[in-house]
Amino acid sequence: MDTAHRFYNISLAVATLLIFVASCSDNQNDFDPETAEIVGEKQAELTLPPDVPPPIDRDNATKLIVNMEVVEKEMRLADGVTYTMWTFGGSVPGKFIRAREGDMIEFHLQNHPDNKLPHNIDLHAVNGPGGGAESTFTAPGRETVFTFRALNPGLYVYHCATAPVGMHIANGMYGLILIEPAEGLSEVDKEYYVMQSEFYTEGDYGERGLQPFDMEQAIEENPEYVVFNGAVGSMMNDKAITSEQGDNVRLFVGNGGPNLTSSFHVIGEILDKVHYEGGDRVQTNVQTTSIPAGGAAMVEFETEVPGNYILVDHAIFRAFNKGALATLAVSGEEDENVFTGQQLDRVYQPEGGAIQELPQEKRTIPTASTIEERIEFGRETYMAVCQACHMADGSGIEGAFPPVANSDYLNENPDRGISAIVHGLSGEITVNGETYNGVMPQQNLTNEEVANVITYILNSFDNEGGEVTPEDVERIRQQEGVES
Amino acid sequence: MSNAYVSKRVLKVSAVLKYRFFLLYILFTAGFGANASAQTDSMAFIEGGHFMPFYHTSDDSVAVASFYLDKHPVTNGEFLAFVKVNPQWRRSQVKSIFAEPGYLNHWSGDLDLGPRAEQIKDSPVTNVSWFAARAYAQWKGKRLPTLHEWEYAASASRDQPLAGRNKGFVQQILDWYSRPSPTILPAVGQQTPNYYGVYDLHGLIWEWVQDFNTVFISGESRADQGELKQFYCAAGSSAASDIDKENYAAFLRYAFRGSLEADFSVGNLGFRCARDKQ
Repeated sequence: MDTAHRFYNISLAVATLLIFVASCSDNQNDFDPETAEIVGEKQAELTLPPDVPPPIDRDNATKLIVNMEVVEKEMRLADGVTYTMWTFGGSVPGKFIRAREGDMIEFHLQNHPDNKLPHNIDLHAVNGPGGGAESTFTAPGRETVFTFRALNPGLYVYHCATAPVGMHIANGMYGLILIEPAEGLSEVDKEYYVMQSEFYTEGDYGERGLQPFDMEQAIEENPEYVVFNGAVGSMMNDKAITSEQGDNVRLFVGNGGPNLTSSFHVIGEILDKVHYEGGDRVQTNVQTTSIPAGGAAMVEFETEVPGNYILVDHAIFRAFNKGALATLAVSGEEDENVFTGQQLDRVYQPEGGAIQELPQEKRTIPTASTIEERIEFGRETYMAVCQACHMADGSGIEGAFPPVANSDYLNENPDRGISAIVHGLSGEITVNGETYNGVMPQQNLTNEEVANVITYILNSFDNEGGEVTPEDVERIRQQEGVES
Repeated sequence: MSNAYVSKRVLKVSAVLKYRFFLLYILFTAGFGANASAQTDSMAFIEGGHFMPFYHTSDDSVAVASFYLDKHPVTNGEFLAFVKVNPQWRRSQVKSIFAEPGYLNHWSGDLDLGPRAEQIKDSPVTNVSWFAARAYAQWKGKRLPTLHEWEYAASASRDQPLAGRNKGFVQQILDWYSRPSPTILPAVGQQTPNYYGVYDLHGLIWEWVQDFNTVFISGESRADQGELKQFYCAAGSSAASDIDKENYAAFLRYAFRGSLEADFSVGNLGFRCARDKQ
């Protein structure tokens, strides 16, 4: 009891000390995003996906002016398929905004005069009613302005919140805003902007032409398209995002929804770090991370091995049937210490040679009492089992299946033939001066059948004759295989 | 027995009388139409009735009295005639409180429709403020339709009044948003008229109504409070009210009106006029 008490007191003291130390170090940093001095004024650089504005090199808060123009326009959704997108800045997802904790952000929302509809913006990085939605409700041909202070670092979604909200989001009105922590993010080699979303069209997936929004499908949450960066194949082939071997890559991944949660996964990569939900906490060594509709995550990984890495929503039918695929192409030298690539490709022969065994009635195998019978029975087996590859006249197929006719390989040592049948054969052999590098699977034949067929071959096709007995076959069967 | 006979006769007579009244009514309206000549040719008669507006509480149906509504939106050509005789509504002379700088900015001058005059003279006039639209209507001896009148008339599909819950009809309106705005608006009256014989209520332009701002929608569609609180639930923030949550076309119209102020000029916003039945 006493000991326990003392232990408790000590832990309390230690905890208090830790808190004290922590608050001390905070005071040393002395940064409060709410009161930080605003130094100067800057125009925010916005980028189209998949690009991200460069890291912020300021060590002070500033007045940051963001100009975001809303444009409604017909854009490509898939090959041969277009859709009237409602966009922030002319792209889906909308332009990427990068600011710093403590910045005073003066946000200008400009609704293009040719647009049909009023729009606004709700930035999840805002502390205030509607995230700015009410302050930015803007008729076509007008501009509204409001200012907010970036109090919380993190990666945030922004979107339109004009009624009907679902339709405005479904038509492409979302994007990401990054509030860098005052101390900045860790340095990486490549940064990209990836955002998943769904489209609800009247036509089926791939149906050509300008596709109108389908309200019923949206309400049923049954999209025709699930895509990255606004279109099927937006980051594939020559538009793939890239890195070099050994690069640290950071993806700012958002999910505009409007309905589905993303199971974000990079095929062939383990996500070294995930700022899940776009917040401060980091999970390490992640295979697949959930990104809710209206949420985001920062994922980081090193691209150790060159090759193509496919970004998917691992709710996998969305990837392969609805478009949620993108490519990260990594260039560089192979590193066999991490990944070898394919080292072997061969026929798989399970233990016991059962590969060709099919349940069947027990065969009655005639026992040969003379060499003539052995040749006769062997001919039948040859025609049933061997001639498909080695041909009826034993000539084989050049470059693929070696000849058994007039075969130096076989006549030199008939055991090789037995071994090939009972153990299978792979690797390089030379027959009559030709090199073969194929695979012969082992055959499910009895000792009697093997003896018969080899004897048949040795006494046919211009070979040199001889007889093989079931005892010979059993002897070879007990060995590992005969060297060629 | 004779009593029964008499009452049957009475019934018969009243039926005949009703029929005669109906005939009289037809004659009256026909005569009225002839008297009013051109003016009513350009207007459609909208038989009054009750309807459920897009936002409503469960027993909140709205009565609309019979009225006349222009068959077509007002065209550039018609509006030009108006500013010719009403100089105070010309682009250069309009008071700034009545129209912001974008007023009629698709014209080349005060009385000049520009190089595409022939093309646009029959297109609906846009970039007009609510004040200007109202002045035009008064000049014509008409008025702007009320929100309820406009919505009531516009809820009719080609062959059915009150089609607001007809999913095909709603989708057809939504499809308009899937067609980018043409550089030059087409002429009025090119589409199929609706049940009442009115053209272009959907699929051409937005239209001012007399009381466009009585249903107030702020930018925050999800949490709006106020005199028409139920409307804000339109965006789904409350389960307490009963709205046509699936009438996205109506959502869009109410949201659009909510973004306006009376001096605004918008590139695809025009108007048409209405008149009482007398």
